[in-house]
Amino acid sequence: MAAGDNVKKDARIMKTITKMLAAAGLALMAFAAPAWASGAERHNADDYAFSFEGPFGKYDRAQLRRGWRVYKEVCSGCHSLKYIRFRNLTEPGGPQFSKDQVKAMIKEGEYMVDAGYNADGEPVQRPARLSDAIPGPYKSEEQAKAANNNAIPPDLSLIVKAREGWDYPWYVSPFIKLVKGPGGAEYVRSLISGFEEAPNGEEKEGLNYNPYFPGHWTAMPPPLSGEDVEYADGTKPTLKQEATDIAAFLTWASQPKLEERKRVGLMAMIFLAVFALMMYMVKRALWSGVKH
Amino acid sequence: MSGHSAYEFKNPVVRWLDERLPILSLVRGQLVDFPTPRNLNYWWTFGGILATMLVIQLLTGIVLVMHYTPHTSMAFDSVEHIMRDVNWGWLLRWMHANGAAFFFVAVYIHIFRGLYYGSYRSPREILWMIGVIIFIAMMATAFMGYVLPWGQMSYWGAVVITNLFSAFPIVGKYIVTWLWGGFTVGNPTLQRFFSLHYLLPFVLAALVFLHVWALHITGNNNPEGIEVKSKEDTLPFHPYYTMKDLFAIVVFLLVYAGFVFYSPWYLGHHINFEHANPLSTPAHIVPEWYFLPFYAMLRAIPNKLAGVLVMFSSLIILFFLPWLDRARAKSARYRPLYRQFFWLLVIVCLTLGIAGAQPAEGSWLLVARLATAWYFIHFLVILPVLSFIEKPRDLPASISEAVLGKDKA
Repeated sequence: MAAGDNVKKDARIMKTITKMLAAAGLALMAFAAPAWASGAERHNADDYAFSFEGPFGKYDRAQLRRGWRVYKEVCSGCHSLKYIRFRNLTEPGGPQFSKDQVKAMIKEGEYMVDAGYNADGEPVQRPARLSDAIPGPYKSEEQAKAANNNAIPPDLSLIVKAREGWDYPWYVSPFIKLVKGPGGAEYVRSLISGFEEAPNGEEKEGLNYNPYFPGHWTAMPPPLSGEDVEYADGTKPTLKQEATDIAAFLTWASQPKLEERKRVGLMAMIFLAVFALMMYMVKRALWSGVKH
Repeated sequence: MSGHSAYEFKNPVVRWLDERLPILSLVRGQLVDFPTPRNLNYWWTFGGILATMLVIQLLTGIVLVMHYTPHTSMAFDSVEHIMRDVNWGWLLRWMHANGAAFFFVAVYIHIFRGLYYGSYRSPREILWMIGVIIFIAMMATAFMGYVLPWGQMSYWGAVVITNLFSAFPIVGKYIVTWLWGGFTVGNPTLQRFFSLHYLLPFVLAALVFLHVWALHITGNNNPEGIEVKSKEDTLPFHPYYTMKDLFAIVVFLLVYAGFVFYSPWYLGHHINFEHANPLSTPAHIVPEWYFLPFYAMLRAIPNKLAGVLVMFSSLIILFFLPWLDRARAKSARYRPLYRQFFWLLVIVCLTLGIAGAQPAEGSWLLVARLATAWYFIHFLVILPVLSFIEKPRDLPASISEAVLGKDKA
């Protein structure tokens, strides 16, 4: 009896404590709300349903080929793609050009790579091979800086993984990222096609206004305006189309194994699910005769 | 819980071996016949899950090292080489990176299970303390592993954490230089972190062996928090718990695989896909999620040295837990007040985790300070006070009585 009374009393005390804590928590949340909204000013990227999203997503080969075209014709003027080798363009899960096509591209693009020094101690170059990394536009950071108003155009091999598209408050952000992914491709697509006049006609020396860029001002001038390339498959090269294609291509560049990962993942998940089910039946059969 | 089984091997060759080296009767006694309380719930499967994760980390890590280059100018490239050129390299890398995260998921559940059911209480103090050492060694291993890919967050995380030691008066500066092997985080730092990251997991494995040894001396605690009294209270470890654990392990691996294959860097930070750059500090330097509660404590204190001491104390305090809690009942099942404070502690730790991910300013700083204070109040005030004022519910006479009912016991 005495124990029961005590339990009741304890429960009452705890209820009061819990209520007070809850009230304090709510007050704190209201108080803290403005702090959560702060951070680098920028727009969320525009959501877009890329073909490679979702557990069964795959790259659209034609889109990757168009994206490569945009990279080669436009981006490669300032940005390197150093982790991609020419042979990667022929491999499964990518644009899957034929080897001959890529060899022709190397010839047409006159890609040369450093090949040490000759007998006179002078640097020599040779034409690139399939096994070579795609040569970048600059030899050094200094050269890149000199050509770009002191800004270094970043390498694009990992850019889609190194950026995020969404900037939501902490209490929804983890869930949005889980459902929509990190949004790197959406960010690239929005950024590339998102340059506009700054509000109030503001201008900054050597900087360009882009609402999607964290802080809004970027050293990169608008790289595309539509009709910048000619697509071999007849797709109309609008600004949005080009931006979408380059975002898809750069996603492949940062995740060349995405299709393999999802394919193997499906098999692994099925295996583990069946294994778990079997183990559950084993466990149940074993324990059914035992009180626990 | 005797060490060796009385089992007589029938096969003469096996018996010949066992008489000279009783390794088989040891296995028989500890992994097959070992008497285990019959009432363990699924929260007890995390020990087996942790052992599985340790093995996964060791195996993937050993193969990753075959392709990784520990040098500041090549580390980042070699990780990309693993991701792009090594057969199944992407799988090894994502298994290892997410494996660390899920190792911590499991260890946190394992620790809080111990807190809820009073598994640290006598006679399991040594078992618990070895566990705390394992936890600390795990954190050191994970921190050094995160530096190896040499991305922006790797580098700046290393800078922030190694700089903590500079807070110590007079010697701090020298300790930091000694840790770095130079005057900044550089190649010597990366190489020693690599060396230690390879060494510590084997130390961990040895500590796990001691942990299991200690466990097999005292036997398992259980949800009732009362000791095993008779054979009725137990079941042999195999097949009952081997099969139950295996089921739980596979379910855990299913969730883990979901991240490895479908959101491989969800738990990481996108900035780490940029090469380390000492000249460009990221806007927010955040450690991996499993360090966030401790990071929040560190930043909650305005004085750097005090912050460092508070952070380390939050771990050290766990060593004294068996003596801070002197309540008559071990398990929260029989402790109506403690049960509520337990859940409050869970909320406080999660809050610390969230606060650790936010910039340390304004109201978040206040939240972190309150939560840090409560963390210590819980262990230093609430637990000792509860020991005296709390009236536990009536304990059952034995595990079998609790499980089978009074009449059958």
